[in-house]
Amino acid sequence: MQMRIKEIQDEIVDEFSMFDDWDERYQYVIDLGKTLPLVEEQYKTDENIIKGCQSKVWLHGEQQGDKVVFTADSDAILTKGIIAILIRVFSNQAPADILEADTAFIDEIGLKEHLSPTRANGLVSMIKQIKMYALAFQAKN
Amino acid sequence: MLDINKIRADFPILNETVNGKPLVYFDNAATSQKPKVVIDAISAYYQTINSNIHRGVHTLSQLATDAYEVSRQKIQKHINAKHAHEVLFTTGTTHGINLVANGFSKFVKEGDAVMISAMEHHSNIVPWQMLCEREGATLLVIPMNERGELIIEEFEKLLTDKVKIVAVNHISNSLGTINPVKHIIEKAHSVGAAVLIDGAQAAPHMHLDVQQLDCDFYVFSGHKACGPTGSGILYGKEAWLNMLPPYQGGGEMIKEVTFAKTTYAELPHKFEAGTPNIEGGIVLGTAIDYLNAVGLDNIMAYEQELLHYGTEKLLEIEGLKIIGTAQNKTSVISFNVGDIHPYDIGAIVDKMGIAVRTGHHCTQPVMDFFQIPGTVRASFSFYNTKEEIDALVAAVIKAQRMLS
Repeated sequence: MQMRIKEIQDEIVDEFSMFDDWDERYQYVIDLGKTLPLVEEQYKTDENIIKGCQSKVWLHGEQQGDKVVFTADSDAILTKGIIAILIRVFSNQAPADILEADTAFIDEIGLKEHLSPTRANGLVSMIKQIKMYALAFQAKN
Repeated sequence: MLDINKIRADFPILNETVNGKPLVYFDNAATSQKPKVVIDAISAYYQTINSNIHRGVHTLSQLATDAYEVSRQKIQKHINAKHAHEVLFTTGTTHGINLVANGFSKFVKEGDAVMISAMEHHSNIVPWQMLCEREGATLLVIPMNERGELIIEEFEKLLTDKVKIVAVNHISNSLGTINPVKHIIEKAHSVGAAVLIDGAQAAPHMHLDVQQLDCDFYVFSGHKACGPTGSGILYGKEAWLNMLPPYQGGGEMIKEVTFAKTTYAELPHKFEAGTPNIEGGIVLGTAIDYLNAVGLDNIMAYEQELLHYGTEKLLEIEGLKIIGTAQNKTSVISFNVGDIHPYDIGAIVDKMGIAVRTGHHCTQPVMDFFQIPGTVRASFSFYNTKEEIDALVAAVIKAQRMLS
């Protein structure tokens, strides 16, 4: 049975609590980036690009049954790692649950600065886009 | 010679720690840190003479007006302008460029051309594009070579009597290139074009002499030159400033207002509508005094030393490539390491207390030219040290290890 969003977030917080230093946390983020389900080339379009001043993010969402499944990519490795964490949380969830969820857990794992609206790395817009997909699929149903 | 320890003691922020590490501030091309004399002068202004200028008969207003005008004269002397009224206070470089680009609607007609260069900051591109769109003029761009130097032969080919104004930077913010502006000015004048020099990156690092350059306009920001944010200068030759229409209407810029007609004030007030950034203008003078006390020749010599040391040390890192390798450049090193995204390096070195800029530095066309998403940019100032450069090198190596 698919875990609920909150359970996944707790699990991630738990994983990060093993690390004492920023470099171990960052290394883990970098490694998680390698597990990211990548956007298929056909969806790596200008339409699916979320432009930050600093790094680019591609996001694609599709409906599978009553769930929304996301794939993504980024040209920066740290951004990619954080996307992987967000996708792990939000992908394969029901639209209503996605819309309800927040991202406060990012603070707890010490990556808050990457989700700052002023960081211009596309991640804040990416979360908005995830919710937009959820909203669109919910409206369709 | 600079007494670097003494200088560092002038800058309180250099004692700060960031992410638990001593701050290494290498984002000087974005904004400089402020010496204590500047910080104190801001506070002293508000504590002793704060009042509105150029209109009150009361003593305090007179004191503030005097301080503001004394600062204007200091800056006049500093850039060697002929007259103090050729020195206009602005909010910064962008403001100065917009003021001139707006006024140039009067001189640019359909079919004319405006010339900029391939290495301009967005602030010295967009106002000219807007001017061209308004008037139906063409925007010409002086190209650059792989080292990040303007191709002067191409500039000369592009230059015709259709060109009404040439706007180029003195020093490139993303590449560090020092441009041959004197030559550009001379050539532009030979076809009757005016020249605006964007001196945002030059003012903190070198002697300025607008009469020797013979430029028609010169702009810079206070905040990059140890001065307060929101202060800046537009120098313009008297004849040009008299011809240019006012930019903004309001108080202070008028001689007489009736509902039928307003007559404008004399220079410089014609361009200084409304209550200006009084404290910024006054304290910019303090910052200029500070730079002159340290000595711009000393600053330039020491920063060149840092540039050479930094270039040599950074190039020892495997796969590191410097973007902008002009013969004649200032202490700006833009680089990439292999195909690692600049954002990744910037975020990791930040964790080690090192402030660098990453991204396109508001020069997207430059990044497009080099076909890169951006760079990591370390820009050194005279309060930086070789030890700090060593810390940067170690941090970049660590980032490279983590990311590959």
